[in-house]
Formats: sequence, structure tokens, C-alpha cells
Amino acid sequence: YAWDANEEYLFKAMVAFAMRRYSSKSTTQISNVLLCNITDRVSFWFVVTDSSKNVTTVPGSEIEAAIRMNRNRINSAFLLNDKTLQFLQITSTLSPPVEPSTPVWLIVFGVVLCLIMAGIVFLVVGGIRKHKKKNKEPTERENLEEKGEVNVTVENGIPCEVLDLKAGHINGVFAADDERFTPL
Amino acid sequence: LTMPPEVPEEDGRPKWDNKFQYILSCVGFAVGLGNVWRFPYLCQIHGGGAFLIPYFIALLFEGIPLLHLELALGQCVRKGSIGAWNTVSPYLGGVGAGTWMASVLVSLYYNTVLTWVMWYFINSFQEPLPWSVCPLNENRTGLNEECYESTAVNYFWYRKTLNITPDVTESGTLQWWLILCLAACWAIVYLCTIRGIETTGKAIYVTALFPYVVLTIFLIHGLTLPGATDGLTYLFTPNLNALKNPRIWLDAATQIFFSLSLAVGGLIAFSSYNPSKNDCEKDAVTVAIVNSLTSLYASIPIFSVLGFKAMTGYWDCLDRNILNIINEFDLPEESIMRQNYTAWISFLNSSYPEKIAGLKLKSCDLQEFLDQSVSGTGLAFIIFTQAITLMPGSQAWAILFFTMLFCLGLSSMFGNIEGVFTPLLELQVFKSTPKELLSGIICLVSFLIALCFTLASGSYWIDIFDSYAGSLPLLVIAFFEVFGVAYVYKIKRFSKDVKRMTGRKPNLYWQMTWKFISPLLLLIVFVAFVTLQTNKPPSYAAWNPKYEGFPMKEEKVYPPWVVFICVLLAALPCVFIPLGALFHLIKQIRRSSDLSFVPTQVFSCQGANS
Repeated sequence: YAWDANEEYLFKAMVAFAMRRYSSKSTTQISNVLLCNITDRVSFWFVVTDSSKNVTTVPGSEIEAAIRMNRNRINSAFLLNDKTLQFLQITSTLSPPVEPSTPVWLIVFGVVLCLIMAGIVFLVVGGIRKHKKKNKEPTERENLEEKGEVNVTVENGIPCEVLDLKAGHINGVFAADDERFTPL
Repeated sequence: LTMPPEVPEEDGRPKWDNKFQYILSCVGFAVGLGNVWRFPYLCQIHGGGAFLIPYFIALLFEGIPLLHLELALGQCVRKGSIGAWNTVSPYLGGVGAGTWMASVLVSLYYNTVLTWVMWYFINSFQEPLPWSVCPLNENRTGLNEECYESTAVNYFWYRKTLNITPDVTESGTLQWWLILCLAACWAIVYLCTIRGIETTGKAIYVTALFPYVVLTIFLIHGLTLPGATDGLTYLFTPNLNALKNPRIWLDAATQIFFSLSLAVGGLIAFSSYNPSKNDCEKDAVTVAIVNSLTSLYASIPIFSVLGFKAMTGYWDCLDRNILNIINEFDLPEESIMRQNYTAWISFLNSSYPEKIAGLKLKSCDLQEFLDQSVSGTGLAFIIFTQAITLMPGSQAWAILFFTMLFCLGLSSMFGNIEGVFTPLLELQVFKSTPKELLSGIICLVSFLIALCFTLASGSYWIDIFDSYAGSLPLLVIAFFEVFGVAYVYKIKRFSKDVKRMTGRKPNLYWQMTWKFISPLLLLIVFVAFVTLQTNKPPSYAAWNPKYEGFPMKEEKVYPPWVVFICVLLAALPCVFIPLGALFHLIKQIRRSSDLSFVPTQVFSCQGANS
């Protein structure tokens, strides 16, 4: 927005408002605030006169204190901030950054760590279970083999299983001969 | 009973689920943090595009031959680094032990870098980002002094993260937040390497591929930022005069060597899980080319963002000057813009020279901002984080960036841990321990030792480890690797073994590089490297808030006991080589003096399998 006489009026009003709030006497009028040396840069000097005591200006320290108290309101009236609306010789007290009760990073860290621990426990338990299964399997196989040896039946000195392999096979020659016989 | 050669090995050795997993693991191991924060820096300081010439020459004559050698050796012998070199020649057993030691040292400090990445990652979930604003001082009248003099990002890195001491001798205390992050990092490494390649093989799909996704996102975003084109032209404009400087050749050779993670035994471990009939020649060329292309690909978004940062810095400088001038001359707002700044300055200088001189304006030069080149942790944690705060949606960018760095580092850690883990598994002592327990012990012991890096002076020690344990010994070991295979084991036998595995005899290129070119190159690089290191007393740059030149870093010299540790670190892996040869020689002498002398069998690659 352009800086014109209306804005100057608003500025005077804000300074008067600040003075009223600070000293809590409602005698400061807009006409008490005087602007001078206005430049294109939009920089100027201003003084606040005291109407109760004739033609005296309010000491600078009082004005400084008043403006410091109401800095926020003055800034927002002009939609500016401490950097863009500067009062020379009035340093702003900086607001501290918001600190949550637990630092955020600890929360994130906790989440990450829980996930990792869950993964490790899962894998370790899985490994232990696999190990136990592997240890059980060979012992089971050994038991079966022992039983097998006891039950091998022997006939004519040849174990039955070997006989089975040789017996029961169709002798191709005889099968072919069967076909020569006419079916009854 | 001899097994027919076509039957796959049934020796109960774990194997990769598929070929892609193996290639991805090797690529992940090779592609690490150095590709992102060292290669673009080297490109920048060595004349941009001109650096690519010595880089590719080094790749061709040093990188690929050594890579092929290691992969072929591991695949042929099917053992970790200690067993592999013992098989090549019992006199070379020390080389295997040296690579194992180097792996241990590198794993120790590498994970601490990941700790810092993790710390930044978990701090990226805040609004505003903690490294973008300075905290207030005690009476809240202004900003913290250390932060005000340097920048918010510097303050967060040096004070809030490292809490660094001004001197390497002042150890300070253990930083509890770093201990927590270190524990988390080692827990993640344990989780992923708990059963060796069974688990890393699954994890590598994420950790090796995710960085490429993020790099692409950063590439697209980075190219849209203002100033990106300036950064890229600055990076890639070739300055062929730079080739005359011998330093560029040395840097190219060392960059290729360290970038491919050679001589740490991790590659031998990975390829030892391969089936014997695998084409290791193609694998080696693939991994090397992918690694170099990744370096190039990563430098584009990095330099777009750095160009953006330089442009922003330049604009800030201009804006500050403009504000001063406007305030001084009471000109209306927006009368001087960035575009007509130079015209105004010359006009004002001619009409009111004293006033302009009194303002003490800083000269703003974009080149100067672009010239501020940093590599290593400074690039990631100071420069890049600052650039991220300038982008809208900085939390998301920060989270993406640090996840990418974490994945890059983690996939390299897998290779380092495998280099430690696989040889230990093959030792007689550990034959019966379950894998989970062994990897747990490795991670726990490494965590406890790495606690020293969480001291306030920890980052100085990491620099020491990086410069002395992670560089010089590897060159020595690699030289003995090539020498051992080419002259002790003999190239003819090795070529026969490679032919058996790949189906074709290695051609003239491989023979020449293995026999002559690579050993010679390594020797030259080693000599040049040592000459450069010993040229001046080893010094470091300390962050000292009480220094007059603050925020510049103070140059300090290492005290003698620290120099002793540096020498020890460099010598420790190397000393295993002669010790191993000596040990075997003594064993031979004792055996020959024994009456029941049995000639030792000379193993060949085929012999190791049957």
C-alpha cells in the first residue's frame, strides 16, 4: 500500500493509543503527535507533546517504553513486523521459540527404535525356532531308520525288499506269448 | 568319487536368491556416501567436465581390473577374504588378514557417520527446522553469540550435534543423544545382517534402490529452482588447463579406488556366495559402470541445489546492500531493484563517493558464492541443509535427503560387515556358533568401541580414521592383491580359473592390466599419496569459538601422540602382510626340519572345490 496522509493519521492514532495504554491517562490526543521530516523512503521523526503542560514534549524514554509495550498492536495495524517497521533505538525483545515438553526428536527416535527392536526379536526368535526344528529332524530320522532295520524280514538270506524288486515284474517275452492264446 | 562339474555346489554355503540381488549388493556396497559428497566436489575443483577424463582413464586401468580380480577370486575359491588369500598362496594369508582388519576399522567409523545422518533425520520432523533458526541467548535480548557469528546451520552442526571441543586433545564428555543414535544405527545394522546374506539380500532391495528414487526427485525439483543452471554450468564447464596439474590425476585415481570399495574384502565375501559358473567379468564391468554413472547422476541434483543456494546468497547480499543504500539516501521503496543495482551503484558512486564508501557495502559476486566448495560432511550437514531451509516444504525435503544418505551408507555398511563376518564364520573357532550370535557379537563390540566417536572430539577422530585407516592401507593391500595374483599365483592359472567360470579366456586387456598396468598405477598412486601426506605436518581444522578469525576454522597441528595413532592406524592392516608371510615361512622351516616331511600341496582354484 502507498504511504499517504491517511496512513500518517493511523500512525498518529497508534502512537496516541500506545501512550494512553502505557500511562493510562486519557489525555493524549491524536493532535499531540507530530510528524516531521517525512521522506520518500517513508521515514520520519515524531514527537508527542503533552497538552497538560504547555508545549513540552514527553521524554523519549516514556515513548520508547510505551511503544515497546504495544509493539505488536502497532505492527499489526500496518500489517508489518519488527523488521519492516523499525523504530530506531528501540530494540525488540525476541520471542523465544516454542519448546514442546518432550523434544520432538525423542518421540521419533522412540518410534524408530521400537520398530527396529521388534524386527530383531522377530528374526532372532525365528532363528531359534528353525534351529530347534533342525535339531529335532535328524533325531526323528534316526529313530525311523532304527525301526526299519529291526523289521527287515529275511527269506532265503535275501531281504524281502530286494526280492520285491525282482519279483512282480512282467517278463516281456511271456506277455507277448500270452497273446497267441485265443481268449476263451 | 569325483563330482561331475555341471552339478551345482552342494557344500551348504548360503547363496543369493537371484543374480539381481548379488549385483544390487555389489552396487550398493560400491555406491556410498562418497559418490554424493566427494565426486561432485572433485569435479568442481578440478575444472568441471575436464575431471571426467582422468576419472574414466583411472576407471579403465585401475578400477575395473581390480574389481574383476576380487570378484573372480571370491567366486572361484568360495571363501571369505582370509580363507581366499590363504588358498591363493599360504604366503599371502597376511593379505586376507589385512583386508579383514581394514574392514573392521572402516566399519567402526563409517557407522558413526550414519549416526549423524540419523540424528538429522529424526530432527527433521520439527517445524521450523532446528538448523534454520538461531536460539536466543540467556537474557533473550539477542541471538546466541556463537550462532550469530557463524550461521544457524553451522551452530546446529558443531554445537547441537557434535558439541565439538576446540582441540582434538580435549575429549570432552560422551554426548548422550549421539549414543542413542549410535545404538539405533548398530541395531539397524544387526537387524539387516543378522543371518548374513539371507537378511541383507532382502534389505538391499530397499537400501540400494531407494537412493535412486530420491536422487530423481531431487533432480526434477532441483532443475526447477532458480540458479540451478548457473550451478550446473559451473560444475560441468570443462577447463582443460586443469589436466596439467598432477593433483587431478591423483585425485581421480584415489576417488575411483575408494569409490569402488576395493581391498576391504567385502566384494570377495559377496562373490563367494555365487555359483561357480557365473560370469564375473560382466558383473565387474556392470558394477563399475553403474557406480560411475551414479556419481555423475548424483552430481546433477547436488549442483542444482548448490547453484540455487549460491543464487539465494547472492540475492541476499544484493538485497542487504540495496536496503543500506535506500536507508542512507532516503529513496522510495523499490526504486533500486536487483536488475538496476549496478546502474544505481555506478551513478551514486560518481555523485556521492564518500557516502557510498562510508556504507562499507560488501561486493556481491555470484562466482564467489559458487566457489565456496565443500566436500564430505560439510556438504551434507551444512551446505545442503541450509539450501533445504530455503525451499518450501523443507521438512519433506530434509526427510527425503537424510533417508537417502542413510540408505546409501547402510548398503555400504552391509559390505563392510560381510567383509568382517564371512571370514570369521569360516574360522574353526566359530564353526558351531549360530550366525545370529556371531553377528550380534560383532555389532555389540563395534558399538562399544565406536562410543569413542561420540565424545565431544569424536569428529576429529573420524577424520583421522578416514584419512589414515581408510585410505593408505587399502592402496598397499590392493597392490599386494594384484601382485599376488599376477606373480605368485601366476596369471596363466588365474586365466584358466576365470575361463572355467565364465567360459572364455580373459582377453589381452585383462592380462595387460593385471600384470603390468594396475600394479604400476597403484605403486605410483601410493608414492604420490605418501609424498603429499608427509609434505607438511599433519594438521586439522578446529572449530574454536574463541579464535579471532571465527567463524573461520583454526588450523592446528596434531600433537605427537595423535600422529603416532595415525601411523598405527595406517600401519596396522599393512603389517599383517609381511607378518603372514613370515609366519608361514617359519612354519615351513619348522616342517622341513621335521623328519616326517610331507610336501605341502599347492592349491589351485579347482582343487579348493573338490
